[in-house]
Amino acid sequence: MGNLQNLGLVVFIISLFLFTGTIFMGSFHLSPSELEDFITEKGYQNELIKAELTKAIVTDKPLNIIEFSSRVRNAYAISNTYYDLLIRQYDAEKNWDKKGEQYQYKIFGKPHTLSFDLAKKAGKGYVKNHPGLMWMLTFGLGILGSLIFILPNLILQRKAGIKNNHIYLKASTNRGWIAWLVLIYLVSFYLLLYFMPDYIVNWTFIVDPISLFLNGSLSSQWFLYGFLYCTIMLIMALRMYIKYRDNNYQLIRTTSVLFFQIIFAFLIPEIMTSLNMPGYDFKNAFPLDYDFFFDWNLDHLRNSGSIGLFILIWGIVLTLFIVPVMVYFFGKRWYCSWVCGCGGLAETLGDPYRQHSDKNLNAWKIERWLIHIILVFSLVMTLVTLYCYFTKSLYFLGINSQWIKDSYSFLIGVWFSGVIGTGFYPIFGNRVWCRFGCPLAAYMGIIQRFKSRFRITTNGGQCISCGNCSTYCEQGIDVRAYAQKGENIVRSSCVGCGICTAVCPRGVLKLENGPEKGRINPKDILLGNNIELIQLVNKKEK
Amino acid sequence: MKHIVIIGNGISGVTAARHIRKNSNNQITLISGESPYFFSRTALMYVYMGHMEFKHTQPYENWFWEKNKINLIHGFVESIDTDDKSIFFKNNTSISYDQLVIASGSKPNKFDWPGQNLKGVTGLYHKQDLEQLEQFAPNNQACKRAVIVGGGLIGIELAEMLLSRNIPVTFLVREKSFWNEVLPYQESEMINRHIREHNVDLRLNTQLKEIKANGEGQVSSVIIEETREEILCDLVGLTTGVSPNIDFVKNSNILTNTGILVNRFLETNITNVYAIGDCAEQKEPVGERKAIETVWYTGRMMGETLAQTICKKRMAYNPGHWFNSAKFFDIEYQTYGWVWAKPKKNESRFYWEHKNGTMCMHLSFDRNTKEFIGINNFGMRMRHSFFNKVLTEKKTVNYVLSHLEDANFNPEFYKKYAPEVVFKFNKENDTKIELKKKNWRRIFSEK
Repeated sequence: MGNLQNLGLVVFIISLFLFTGTIFMGSFHLSPSELEDFITEKGYQNELIKAELTKAIVTDKPLNIIEFSSRVRNAYAISNTYYDLLIRQYDAEKNWDKKGEQYQYKIFGKPHTLSFDLAKKAGKGYVKNHPGLMWMLTFGLGILGSLIFILPNLILQRKAGIKNNHIYLKASTNRGWIAWLVLIYLVSFYLLLYFMPDYIVNWTFIVDPISLFLNGSLSSQWFLYGFLYCTIMLIMALRMYIKYRDNNYQLIRTTSVLFFQIIFAFLIPEIMTSLNMPGYDFKNAFPLDYDFFFDWNLDHLRNSGSIGLFILIWGIVLTLFIVPVMVYFFGKRWYCSWVCGCGGLAETLGDPYRQHSDKNLNAWKIERWLIHIILVFSLVMTLVTLYCYFTKSLYFLGINSQWIKDSYSFLIGVWFSGVIGTGFYPIFGNRVWCRFGCPLAAYMGIIQRFKSRFRITTNGGQCISCGNCSTYCEQGIDVRAYAQKGENIVRSSCVGCGICTAVCPRGVLKLENGPEKGRINPKDILLGNNIELIQLVNKKEK
Repeated sequence: MKHIVIIGNGISGVTAARHIRKNSNNQITLISGESPYFFSRTALMYVYMGHMEFKHTQPYENWFWEKNKINLIHGFVESIDTDDKSIFFKNNTSISYDQLVIASGSKPNKFDWPGQNLKGVTGLYHKQDLEQLEQFAPNNQACKRAVIVGGGLIGIELAEMLLSRNIPVTFLVREKSFWNEVLPYQESEMINRHIREHNVDLRLNTQLKEIKANGEGQVSSVIIEETREEILCDLVGLTTGVSPNIDFVKNSNILTNTGILVNRFLETNITNVYAIGDCAEQKEPVGERKAIETVWYTGRMMGETLAQTICKKRMAYNPGHWFNSAKFFDIEYQTYGWVWAKPKKNESRFYWEHKNGTMCMHLSFDRNTKEFIGINNFGMRMRHSFFNKVLTEKKTVNYVLSHLEDANFNPEFYKKYAPEVVFKFNKENDTKIELKKKNWRRIFSEK
């Protein structure tokens, strides 16, 4: 069995090498007519960019994506620099008409994104021509390897029951060299995805047929990401099913996050797009969905007829009504560990790393400041955006609307939730973003702490302070600190994953929704001791 | 302001220290030779198994002690002079006290077996035992087989630990069934089965004769008393219970028997000297409890109680209803009230076992009044507050059965077993108990 698992690991690593190597495959160039089509499609008015692009990529030389990208970006840079100089020149001459004319020739957009668009058309070679086979060699082999690695646990862990054996003895799960390699790979992946999508254009070729089937157009890097996300969650969910197979709460919860990711976050938006509707993830609530109130989205929704209007109303109702009411009845777990996509990845791919969340008091202090600052940040940004949208102004409260949107998207949307949030799983644990950053989690946390029926009940005096609960809390809650005092856990950050109760060897913890009265119950003397003593000390405390 | 010195930083000593701090400004000194900071002894097994690192077993961060003005001394106590109110350490230093709390815990029993002090023979009690295990049983290459002697809670934990590193285990149990002086035969039999399902070579009715060494003074085999069979092994775990760790008290004026003798106020024969936890022996046991209670919870309760006495609210150790818990490999066990291995005269029993063979419930109740006496539940979790209330209010077994859903503490979405239990009880006892729906108001109207 152990050998079989090693085989699985080898197969998986081969697939990873193939997948990574794919980046450098194929060649990229355009025929003159293809370039002509591209320029017409984009509506470029200037001849210079055409000339530069022709020089750069209408060639028989086999360019790989790195060379191609560099040439394309250079062509755009030359063109834009040229017109920038002209603008400056006419400005100096005070020739306003001429100056104004030049702006139409400037080409906006991120260089790597422009390069991606071109590469999508320019790609030639094996990957482009054989996406099916390449899919088998990368995704297929990866899935196969993972399954060979994961499934034998059904037999190896013959008896159901949670086995955290060796977690702190392995380089992969104890911040060893494997964990660091995984971190580097994940961070690199996110950097490419967000900042250099053209470099991974070959990957999008692999999933083009699937994208065509689902939404009628070729795969963008975001489709690739969505598809990869769902695939990884599905495979790692199988691992969850095996590991926690005696725990119905975990089984149902895992099925739920999987369902919401695949159906709500992935398939429904794709199908909506194919029907010419705005592709919308109906479960993605503002302010996690931070660009919901951005002008482009509002315009897009307002121009999309009744479905657009419905989405607009749904989004508002979801945040203002459904979210708080559900948190009142079930705690924020209904979202964070049952529905959310970020949570979904954290609970599947991230499960092997859950023990790395920092339980120190200082970490808790940082958490409370950071997450609430980000909540305020997102609200201020939205307020400014909305004010500027409706009044057609550029500033509100002295804040430039575009600037604050860009800052938030870059700092929070890209770096925090993506690169750090997921990339750092193997070292800082699987819920860094959810714990320290997510504004929706902050909002729900406030409700959960002060107005909710949810709590983790501590079972009287049964705690032996072993610390399994705290160790495996992905949110860095020192669960034991409460359990050993006989006190219920009502922390705002608790996402209700239920692992603390699963790993408890003495049956001390239970996630429950019950009456608010008695939910918060600080105690000094625990149940089981002298009744007079309990009354004496605990009454005095209240 | 008095100087309170506490010997031992286990759960008893630490609980006492914390509560004395809550209630007074007294100077507090906490002494330990084993580890500078409090850790949870119960979690040592998880460190070896790789569930945790040692630091995770420490319930308080290291700044906690200074912040709460609890002085820590890392050292071994050699002797106590109660006339001079002084404590002498092995390194020839000493400190004086106004009030002394001895909470020095236990040490593993050894029964003068030949070879019991060889290299590779260990208990599972101290932090240092863990280091022994890492040395002599790091994997199944260095340790081809381990023999565990003693069929109790620690023995089965040690077996689980060794199995996690794929080390074959032979488990010698003197009794005819595992832990059968505590568990009724049904539960004991279930655990026998469970141990064997984990591929442990369980030998019942088997005692150790001697431990043999190789040329380097390290364990090489054990000889069985009954059959003289020799079992080759590289590690021997002695888990035949514990006894009070009080050698340093023996030459003082403090009266001892097996443990340090205390009255119900946890006071020794010497004024201002107290003993709590595993090392304390009640002159008159409390209720049905043993004179020496070696349980996590009782240590904690004694600490809670003694802190009141030291802070001038003299209080007797008078614990509430008995409860306990353990885990046998994958099977969790809890108990509330008393379920003796053999029913007493007035007791009636009801036993239910799930067909999967890893879940059961054993109820004890008065034959005539039907008053509920106790429950053993295996493979399922029960609500402590529910049974505490039932025992205080002297409810009947019928009440317990009809309110099993209130008592249930299993995680959400777990399969319900209560209807099956009630059905069986009704059938056996010719009753018509109806299972009530879970009711939050009842659950939280606890006293």
